[in-house]
Amino acid sequence: MGQSNNATLESKEERLQKDLAYLKLTKFKKILFKTKKFFRGILPWLRNLLFAILNFFKKVGLGIAHECVNIVQTFIHGDWKTKVSYVIMGFGNLARGQWGRGVLFLALEVIFIIYMIFWGGNWLSQMGTLGTQGPEKIYDPIYDTYTTIYHDNSFKILLYSVLTLFFIVAVVYTWRVNIKQNQIAEAIIKSGKPLRSTKGDLHSLIDDQFHKTLLALPTIGILIFTVLPIIFMILIAFTNYSGKNNGYSNNLFTWVGWDNFNTLLNWNSGNKAYSAAFGEILAWTLIWAFFATFSNYFLGMLVAIMINKKGIKLKKVWRTILVLTIAIPQFISLLYVSKMFADNGIINGWIVRCGGEAIGWFSSDPNLARTMVIVINIWIGIPYLMLIATGILMNIPEDLYESAKIDGANVWQQYTKITLPYMLFITGPYLLTSFIGNMNNFNVIFLLTGGAPVNTAASSAAGNAGYTDLLVTWLFKITTGTDALYYMASVIGILVFVVVAFISIIVYNFMPSNKNEEDYQ
Amino acid sequence: MSEKDLKNNEPQVVEEFEEEKLEQPESDLRQEVAFDDTAVVSREKRHMGMKAKTRAANITIYVILVIMSAVWLVPFIFIVLQSFRCESTYLTGYVIPKQWGFDNYARLFTETKFPRWFLNTFIISVVAAVIQLIMVLCMSYTLSRLRFKGRKALMNAMLILGMFPGMLTMIVLYRILADAGMTQGNSIAGLILVYVASSGMGYYVSKGFFDTIPKSLDEAARVDGANRAQVLYKIILPLSKPIVIYTLLTAFMGPWGDYVFASYVAFNVSDGYNVAVGLQWLISTPSNIAANYTIFCAGGVIVAIPITLLFMFLQKYYVEGVTGGAVKG
Repeated sequence: MGQSNNATLESKEERLQKDLAYLKLTKFKKILFKTKKFFRGILPWLRNLLFAILNFFKKVGLGIAHECVNIVQTFIHGDWKTKVSYVIMGFGNLARGQWGRGVLFLALEVIFIIYMIFWGGNWLSQMGTLGTQGPEKIYDPIYDTYTTIYHDNSFKILLYSVLTLFFIVAVVYTWRVNIKQNQIAEAIIKSGKPLRSTKGDLHSLIDDQFHKTLLALPTIGILIFTVLPIIFMILIAFTNYSGKNNGYSNNLFTWVGWDNFNTLLNWNSGNKAYSAAFGEILAWTLIWAFFATFSNYFLGMLVAIMINKKGIKLKKVWRTILVLTIAIPQFISLLYVSKMFADNGIINGWIVRCGGEAIGWFSSDPNLARTMVIVINIWIGIPYLMLIATGILMNIPEDLYESAKIDGANVWQQYTKITLPYMLFITGPYLLTSFIGNMNNFNVIFLLTGGAPVNTAASSAAGNAGYTDLLVTWLFKITTGTDALYYMASVIGILVFVVVAFISIIVYNFMPSNKNEEDYQ
Repeated sequence: MSEKDLKNNEPQVVEEFEEEKLEQPESDLRQEVAFDDTAVVSREKRHMGMKAKTRAANITIYVILVIMSAVWLVPFIFIVLQSFRCESTYLTGYVIPKQWGFDNYARLFTETKFPRWFLNTFIISVVAAVIQLIMVLCMSYTLSRLRFKGRKALMNAMLILGMFPGMLTMIVLYRILADAGMTQGNSIAGLILVYVASSGMGYYVSKGFFDTIPKSLDEAARVDGANRAQVLYKIILPLSKPIVIYTLLTAFMGPWGDYVFASYVAFNVSDGYNVAVGLQWLISTPSNIAANYTIFCAGGVIVAIPITLLFMFLQKYYVEGVTGGAVKG
């Protein structure tokens, strides 16, 4: 802090000169200057990012090394109770009278050993092959039927292997905690204080260890229902798990390495159908997310400004009308609107009665369908944005506008110099999340068009992707289609993550509002 | 002319003027008034111009707002109108029914499995909302008020996990739930688990709310001998009514209108559908549309009514939550 302060002090004069020079530039040159500055900033930024990533790994590595050293040192310097605890978890706790913790540690160890002997070891040993013997059909001459005998189940093998690995990591961590506790207990005894009893432990769970109590349920839920499936699906991307090879009722599936990524991204020739479809759908996903986010953002802001304008009466009525449309479940409005614009829907009915020709809003022209989707999304999104913008606009101090008026600023200038910067500053993080939300906006696309119109080029790949399909709807179609290429779906899912993470990192770093969260308290 | 002169002159002018007025006949008086008007105009005109301008602007805004309200409301009015159409069930190019009646509603409840779907959805939404509230409050309160090792790491981990498309996890969850017998016809338990289990990750809005409650309150209670759990349910929870209602409302609305997870878990078994999947199925194919379009409209009306009523009463809390959530991101 101090250094940077000095640096700014030293160059203050210099900076002032630079600022003056900048102000003297023409408008065009100002823009040129800014773009140059932006591009010059990218390289150092990338370097910093790289350093940050390297630093992270360095930190993790050092942390692990430090832990290992600590474990060895504790063993050397510890008393016999501590030393026994290295083999029998919780022994130290039990020997020192903390039976509550000791019993838990010991129980975990016993359960772990039993599990590994009877089940875990078996699953892990099969993880390399994902099973060798598929289901068999055996002819039964007495009843003249075929019965299926199930042997290995690749899905279960993979799932339970991952679970076992989870378990092993958890036990290793607990083992480490167990050693640390011995170390701490020894230090406490040396200092002559009494150890905390089991009753004290329990009480601490609603006091200084309260976070453990509160977080237990939510984190277990996240671990089982988000972390486990994501790790599993990342592994699936390297197998050939599909409807044809589901490892249960038909063929086993097995590891295929990077083949699936190869097929989708096509870095070594071969079938181009997937890479073409992926490129096109990714491009449309990004275009869609951009337009869907910013059209809603600016139009919603405009509506909020209009309703907030002095002299407009019935403010509450206008707002309530828009807000009420939020209440009606989206699937109803989306399905209904999609049918309004159907080939034989109401809109075409009117057009025909007026002597026009029916238009295939969603079924013929890709560009028309895409525009329609964006426009209807505006209809869906404006009420939310109106609400958000209203809340923020009311916080802008009125005297800012008053003084701007006195200085002769017109409405447009007031908007670009006061309203917009303020909004952008505050809603920066929101814009990012809503951009990502729109990239994964399944409902609007799927319920409105179902991906139509058909894209003949892309549909040669699995999933029959159409022109308005996003990556997520394509993913859905792939997994629910007849082929059910789960491996392709998980590759796409991983790539969606990569794109989202990439955009987030960039935007987050260029955002002005990286605020300190404690500021609010 | 000096100031003094002006001041001295003024009353005289007025007097003269009044005298003239009295002496002059009516017609001349009118002229005089008219003349007087134009004299003041230079100052007044600008004022009037501004007024006219703002009035014009306001009228334009009113026109836009009225058109907007129409655009936003018309589809919903249409859906209500079409739900009363008796002469045909298929998609037509007109809106106003030729024959009015409750046929579609009657058929919705007798010929389709709508009652079952509605019940499914209702149970799922209520249970999921309550459990999700507990999950979210636990997570957001802990992250907002308590400081412990690994807090930042936990938040970053959840941020990264949130970047994976949620649908990806459904592929494996479906198989796990299927093995546990919680899919297809018995989708209620499975769907509740799916909605609720990871809901702790949606802590952002309520953490933002807790962040705004002054920490000095906690500290005062701690000094008075309250433990952390007592601080939570004696100090913080009574202050958290808005965020509790907001969380409940959004947690209820989520499953009520969810399509993708419900369709995945129910997987083509109509007993396990929720209203979204059921109603979508009613109009999913051209032959279904022909047979069920107006029935779908009736279903839409019935599904929208409870949530709209609920929303109308709790609108204030929703607005607070949405605006607060965007500001604190």
